[in-house]
Amino acid sequence: MTTLGEGRASLCGPLIRAASLLVLGVAGTLAAAAPLHAQTKNSCLDCHSTQTGAFHMDSEEFVASIHAQKGLTCVSCHGGDSSTDEMSRAMSPAAGFRGHIERKEIPALCAKCHSDAAYMRNYNPSLRTDQFSQYQTSVHGKLFAKGDTKTAVCVDCHGVHDIQPPGDQRSRVHPLNVAQTCGRCHADAGYMKPYGINTDQLGDYSASAHHEALAVRGDLSAPTCSTCHGSHGASPPGVDSVARVCSTCHVFQAQLFDTGPHKEAFGSMGLPGCITCHSNHRIVHPTDAMIGTGQGAVCLNCHTEGDPGFVTAGALHDDLTQLDAAIARSDELLGRAERAGVEVGEAQLAQAEARNDLLKARVGIHAVRREAVQSDIDAGLKVSAAGLQAGQTAMGEVQYRRKGLLVSVVITIFVLIGLYLMIRKTESNDGR
Amino acid sequence: MSALARTYAWLDDHFGVNEIVAFLRKKTVPVHRFSYFYFLGGMTLFLFIIQVITGILLLLYYRPTPADAFESVQYIMTQVRFGWLIRSIHSWSANLMILTAFAHMFSVFFLKSYRKPRELTWLSGMALLVIVLGFGFSGYLLPWNTLSFFATKVGTDIPGQIPIMGKWMLTLLRGGEDVTAATLTRFFGFHVALLPGLATIFVGLHLLLVQRFGMSVPPSQEAEWNAKPPNKREMHFLPNFLLRELMAWYLALAILGALAAFKPWELGVKADPFASAPAGIRPEWYFMFMFETLKLLPAKVGPIPGDLLGVVGFGLAAALWTMLPFFDRGGNGRTSRWVAGAGVFALAYIVALTAYGYMVK
Repeated sequence: MTTLGEGRASLCGPLIRAASLLVLGVAGTLAAAAPLHAQTKNSCLDCHSTQTGAFHMDSEEFVASIHAQKGLTCVSCHGGDSSTDEMSRAMSPAAGFRGHIERKEIPALCAKCHSDAAYMRNYNPSLRTDQFSQYQTSVHGKLFAKGDTKTAVCVDCHGVHDIQPPGDQRSRVHPLNVAQTCGRCHADAGYMKPYGINTDQLGDYSASAHHEALAVRGDLSAPTCSTCHGSHGASPPGVDSVARVCSTCHVFQAQLFDTGPHKEAFGSMGLPGCITCHSNHRIVHPTDAMIGTGQGAVCLNCHTEGDPGFVTAGALHDDLTQLDAAIARSDELLGRAERAGVEVGEAQLAQAEARNDLLKARVGIHAVRREAVQSDIDAGLKVSAAGLQAGQTAMGEVQYRRKGLLVSVVITIFVLIGLYLMIRKTESNDGR
Repeated sequence: MSALARTYAWLDDHFGVNEIVAFLRKKTVPVHRFSYFYFLGGMTLFLFIIQVITGILLLLYYRPTPADAFESVQYIMTQVRFGWLIRSIHSWSANLMILTAFAHMFSVFFLKSYRKPRELTWLSGMALLVIVLGFGFSGYLLPWNTLSFFATKVGTDIPGQIPIMGKWMLTLLRGGEDVTAATLTRFFGFHVALLPGLATIFVGLHLLLVQRFGMSVPPSQEAEWNAKPPNKREMHFLPNFLLRELMAWYLALAILGALAAFKPWELGVKADPFASAPAGIRPEWYFMFMFETLKLLPAKVGPIPGDLLGVVGFGLAAALWTMLPFFDRGGNGRTSRWVAGAGVFALAYIVALTAYGYMVK
C-alpha cells in the first residue's frame, strides 16, 4: 500500500525532471535565438551617427530596416568589430573590416546570405533564394557581368541601409513604388543614353489603365513594371512572349486570340500579339471605337477597305455598339421609371446580365470572328429588350397612376367647390 | 322611420347626441382677418389621422429587420395593391404634417395665443411638435436605405454631443454604439408604439384645452372689439366653421394627391452599413437648419467645441421658446416686443439656413 507521502514523492520526481527540462529548453531556445536579436553594442552607429557628409549614418533609418529588425548589424556587411569603441580595433582588417563596399561587390555580397537557403531559413523560411541566379540572367545582370557598373545592382532597387521587405509601403519595391524606382534610371534620358533605349516608359505607364488600377484604385494585384518584365530577372518580353506575359492575367483574351486568324498573321509579320493593338506601357481602357473602321480604330493600321478583315472589323464594331446602345436605352427608361416611383429593381438587376453579355462579347472579339461573339450579343439584346419592355410597362404604370390621381384631385376640388357653395348657402340663409 | 334615423335615435338615447350637437351649434368661433390661421391646427390633425390610417396599412407588410426592412417596403411598393400610393401618401403627409405643425406654432406665436390662460395649450402643443419631429426622425430610418441609414448616423451623433448625458442618449437612441439592427427595431418601436401613445394623450389634452379656453383673439383685434363691441364678429362652429375646416382638409387632401401623383416618394438604395457614407448626406428638411448650423460652426469657439456649443445653444433656445408664456404675460411692453423680434429672427433663421442647406449642395 502506498502512503500519501510516498505517493507525493513518487509524483515529485517526474514533475521536477519535467520542469527542469522545460527551463533548459526555454533557455536553450533563447540562447539559440540570441545571436539573431541581441544587440548589446554597436560602436559603428555610435560614431557614424554623429559624423557628417559621406561618413554619416542615419541610425534611425537603419534601426527601422528589415536587416536591423532581424538582428543584423553593420558588421554583417562591412565586417569589423562593433563591440569596441576603439576605432583601430573596430575597423581593423584583423577583425574582417572591409569598409566601403564597391558596386561591383554588391550582388555577390547580398547573395552570400540571400542565396543560402539554410541561412535564410533562420529568418524567413518562405523567402526565395534564387534572386542572384535570376539576376545573372537579367539584362541588368548580363551588363554587370560585362563590367558595366552603371547598371542596376541590388541596392539601386532595394536601398542600402533602409531596406524594407517588399510588402512594406516604405519599400522601394512595394508594388506602389516599383514604377518610380525603375523610373529613377529608366526615365533619366542622360543616364540611359549609353544604352540607346527610350525613357518614356514611366510617363506612358503613369497614363495607363494598369497604373490607374494600382495607384488610384489601390489594387495591389494590378501590374507594375516587374509584373511584366520580372524583378531580379528583368528583361523586355520578346515578340513571342508578349502574349504569354499578358495572358498571365488576361487569360480568356489570350486563348481567343490563339484561336483567331491574327495569331498566324501577326506571327508572319513579326508583330507581337497584344501590344500591336493595345500598345505596351500606355495601355488605356479599351473602347468599342478601337475595333471597326471608324476614327481611332486600330484595325485600320493593317486593314484597308474591301478586305475581309475590314468587313469583319466593321461588323464586330456594329455588334458591340448595338448591344451597348440597347442596354443604355433600357437603363435610361428604367431609371426614369424608378425616379417616377415605380419599383423596377428586378428589371434593373436583369440588366446586369446584358452588361455581362456585352463584356463577354468584348472579350470574344479577340478571336476576330463574328460567330465567336454572336451568341453573347444575341443573348444581351434579348435581355435588354426585356428590360426596355419592363421600362415601357413601368412608364405606362406611371401614366396610369398620374391619371388616376389627377382624377381624384379633380374630384377633391369639386368637393371643395361644393363645400364653398354649401357655406355660402348656409350663411345666406342665416343672414350672417 | 329610416335606418339612419333609427340609428341616430338609438345613439341619442344612449349618448345624448342631441345635447352634443346643440352644444356645437351654440359654440362660436371669432371671425377676423387672421381667422384663416385657425385652420392650421385642424389641418395638422387631419394629416395626423392620415398618418395613422396609412401607417396601420403599411404595418401589415413592414418587417423591422435590416435583412427585411428594405425588401418589405419594396414589396409594398411593387406587389401590394395600391401599396405605392399608401407609402407615398404616408411619406408626403408626414412632411406636410410637420410643415403645418410648424406653421401652426408660428401662427400661435405671432397672434400671441400662448398667453394666459392658454399656457398649458402652448406647452401641450410644443410637446406635440417634439413628438411629430420624433415621428419624422424615427420613420426616416425604417425603409433602411442608404440615405436614411447615414442620415440617422449623423442625426444620432448630435445628441451624443450633449454634456454628461450625451453618451447615454446616444446609446438609448441607437441601442448600442452604432446604428445597427438594434437601432432599427428601437426606432420601429418608437414610431409605432411609444410616439403614437404619447401623441394620442397629448392630442386629446390639446383639444380639450382648446375647447376649454376657446379660440384666442389677437390682442390688437381684441382691443378694437373692446373699443367698439358692435364690430365683434363670430360664426357658429356647426356648421359654418366645420364646413370651412372640411375645406381645409380637402385642400390638404388635394395637395397630397397631387404630390403623390407627380412626385412619388422614392425608395432609394438598400443601406450597406459597411460602405462608406455617400457624398451629400443630409437630414430631412425640418432638421436642415440645425444640421447647417452645426456644419458652419468652427471646430472650436474659444475653449468650447463648436458642435457642443451648437447643441447646447439649440437646447437653450428650445427651452426658452417652450417657456414663453411664463415670461411674456401680456400687454404690449418691452418684453412683448423683444419676444416678437426673437420670433421673427427665429423664423428668418430657420428659413434662411434651410434654403442655404439646399442651395450649397
